[in-house]
Amino acid sequence: MKNYVGRDIPDALLVNGKEVYQGKNYMDGKYIKKASPCTRRYEKPQESKIVETLADALRLCGAKSGMTFSFHHHLRDGDFVVNMVMKAAIEELGLDNLTIAATSLGAAHDPVAEYITEGKVTGIQTSGIRGRIGEVVSKGLLKTPAIIRSHGGRPRAIEGGEVHIDIAFVAAPTSDCVGNCRGIGGKSNCGSMGYAMTDAKYADHVVVVTDCLVDFPNVPASVEAIDVDAVVIVDSIGNPKKIASAAARISQNPRDLMMAENVAKVIAATPYFKEGFSFQTGVGGPSLAANLFLEKYMDERGIKMGWAIGGICGPMVEMLKKGKVGKVIDVQDFDLDAVNSINQTPNHFEMSASQYANPANKGAFVNKLDFVVLAALEIDTGFNVNVLTGSDGILRGAPGGHPDTAAGSKCCIIVTPLIRGRMATVCEHVVTVTTPGDCVDVLVTDYGIAVNPLRPDLVECLDNAGIPHVSIESLKKKAYSLVGRPDDLQWEDKVVAILEARDGTILDVVRKIKPYTID
Amino acid sequence: MIPRPKPERFRLRRTMIFMSAQKPGLIKDAYIYGVDSIMLDLEDAVAENQKDAARFSLYHALKTIDYGDTEVIVRINGLDTPHWQEDIRVCVAGGADGIRIAKCESAQDVKTVEAAVEAAEKEFGVEAGRTLLMAALESPKGILNAYEICSASDRMFGVAISGGDFRKCMQTKPTPDGIDMLVARGQMIMAARAAGVQCFDTVFTNLDDMAGYEAEVRQNKAMGFDGKSLINPKQIRLVHEIFAPTEKEIMQAEKIVRAYREQSAAGVGVFTVDGKMIDIAFIPGAERTLKLARACGLWEGNLV
Amino acid sequence: MIIQKPAVAGTVESSDALVSVEPGEGKIELTLTSSVMNQYGRQIKETVMETLKRLGVDSVKINIVDKGALDCTLKARVECAVFRSCDASEKDIPWGGAVS
Repeated sequence: MKNYVGRDIPDALLVNGKEVYQGKNYMDGKYIKKASPCTRRYEKPQESKIVETLADALRLCGAKSGMTFSFHHHLRDGDFVVNMVMKAAIEELGLDNLTIAATSLGAAHDPVAEYITEGKVTGIQTSGIRGRIGEVVSKGLLKTPAIIRSHGGRPRAIEGGEVHIDIAFVAAPTSDCVGNCRGIGGKSNCGSMGYAMTDAKYADHVVVVTDCLVDFPNVPASVEAIDVDAVVIVDSIGNPKKIASAAARISQNPRDLMMAENVAKVIAATPYFKEGFSFQTGVGGPSLAANLFLEKYMDERGIKMGWAIGGICGPMVEMLKKGKVGKVIDVQDFDLDAVNSINQTPNHFEMSASQYANPANKGAFVNKLDFVVLAALEIDTGFNVNVLTGSDGILRGAPGGHPDTAAGSKCCIIVTPLIRGRMATVCEHVVTVTTPGDCVDVLVTDYGIAVNPLRPDLVECLDNAGIPHVSIESLKKKAYSLVGRPDDLQWEDKVVAILEARDGTILDVVRKIKPYTID
Repeated sequence: MIPRPKPERFRLRRTMIFMSAQKPGLIKDAYIYGVDSIMLDLEDAVAENQKDAARFSLYHALKTIDYGDTEVIVRINGLDTPHWQEDIRVCVAGGADGIRIAKCESAQDVKTVEAAVEAAEKEFGVEAGRTLLMAALESPKGILNAYEICSASDRMFGVAISGGDFRKCMQTKPTPDGIDMLVARGQMIMAARAAGVQCFDTVFTNLDDMAGYEAEVRQNKAMGFDGKSLINPKQIRLVHEIFAPTEKEIMQAEKIVRAYREQSAAGVGVFTVDGKMIDIAFIPGAERTLKLARACGLWEGNLV
Repeated sequence: MIIQKPAVAGTVESSDALVSVEPGEGKIELTLTSSVMNQYGRQIKETVMETLKRLGVDSVKINIVDKGALDCTLKARVECAVFRSCDASEKDIPWGGAVS
């Protein structure tokens, strides 16, 4: 069945109430029944929940084959916890048929690809999929299609019972002996632990894995002892160098800077750019650099930013410290400046993934957002964005909060170079729709700006400000004139991944690619 | 195949950015930053054993990339190398707008290149005289011969001083006030003006020293340069800002040109504008200001 | 042209291609790896074959490691490698003729 963005969704997937995507806000106003976990009572006074090994913790929580384990990705490419847990479960306890429900999976988790090919891991649910895992899933080696959800879609699915977490593993930079966790104070600090919060509340069992035990009580805690079954102390939960970069630097690349400046110009031309406006930006080159130019316009107009959300890094913390932004609230920290600031700098707060972006709660932060500036792997002439599959059809990306912020914000700006190497970023049809075009408002490229025809009001704003813009069709033509029109990818029927829209409907599927050979 | 219009000998050339002809990622779209001229480099940016490869890249870049209104100049290797003749053949065959003669020291150098260009135009069936020339003066001898160089050919549109080599010859280093090259710059500008061609200043290489860069560009403008050579797109904007006429200058120029047209129609040669005596000598300057203002996006009139 | 000895041109930098040629056995043997194989493999092959044909090369082992080079770069690298293999890359190139 074709959905709202023209993608053909196999009928076999439309069971148990699953529907195809029907435009943004289709689910608005509907009721959901929240799921409730089955959790164990710890009535007796308890000195400590520390257990010796991960295997012990797994046994304590009744780990069995066929279960779903959840993980969060605050340790990013430095994470050791997913691999340690899966190794203990599969190689020590001999479990199989396991599902990993992670907030993101990347190169740090390459060893898991082996468990997929061996058939030990049979399900993957994630908001990001890169590295070897992406490759083996793309090859169709995972027994069931991977389910890809946005950062807001994931807590929605958990709270609504679509994903039932048997055991949630919390990678904690610090924990006390009963499982009060914080993202700071240890040796593998990550700052915010926002993505772990919903998991801990809705999982049957919760295991904290830390490499820095601190005195009780470790407060204010991001994950609270009231939800934790066991605490495991390991040598190291991650490689600090890969958890948070020293400091996210604003790009010096002239192309990035040119695009960033145009992003700021567009923002300043809209009616939302006024005292107290709210803002989120990605950490990619041109997105982050937009901060720099935005500040210039704020100074010129004598206005301040009310609040910023997101994954946060140094440049935004800097603005907070200078008093140019009122509050910063984040689910994740990308560099040490942000890690060292959260809950330390006045007005820098933590929030959960649900609070950040869940479309099925009663008011996520994204719904109050004025502007979001996002990157894209591809964007097509219908303004649909792909941030999941490479142009070769292989899974190598992450929807993350992209679809949530795009849908929630008043003005969603995509910033991307027109071509990357020989890849046309602006194209006729994206490989996979991860953010539907009805949520995207403006495209800024190094070859020009295009406004979504669904937003005539923004067209007028740009015209009034004398900002030149062109049709997205002409940008696509320009891109193809540079790189040549790509051949269509060839697919097999087998679906390797299902892409859920943030509201839980099916936005797209990724099939197994037939690689091209020259003979 | 992208047909390019016939090059204009005198056009706006505030910024001229160097790009290695050997780097496909760079040359494919250097025009997006709004630079006036691109200088595809076959000389110093290309290693000695890649000169041949660079020419193949250059040829196809010239033939396939749509540079639009951006001027495309090629810096060829010096006349003391085995490369320059083939460099000229590829430039002409590819349809470059102009050629920059490296290490030019005499009118004879210009004539030598001109002869090779003429031969190449004939060989490749290119309109005779299409390919423009400019010279880079990189030595004291070049500076001392600036006037004869500037006037050596009808194809010459300008001269540029090249600071790196010049300072080596002079045994000086860059100074913040530019005193190290003051005489050379001055002499070159005078020669260029006397010969009626344009003149361009050397590159500023410390990308982190934006204050030093700004001071140099301001000095360039004060001295009367037409433009500056650049090494990074982030240097473009400042030159365009500093070389742009002020609002007051534009208004003044518009008044002068308008008044001149009215008065001369009435047979009056000398008149006053805002209390200032104006005659025909003021007109070219005022017209140049308006053209520059239009190129900078600051003026939309049609007086010039 | 007749490939006389092994020769290479290009780099493995992004947007470039590394082209190696060596004398062939009476036919064109092309091996290609490309970062954009699934979308552009067919077109890359076409461009390479056309370029070789224009140069009159019909016996060559040619290996290409493509990093997303545009067609104009691919042509330039193939031509340069072929001319280098004949020690003819430095001068009197038939611009606009066999090279076009």
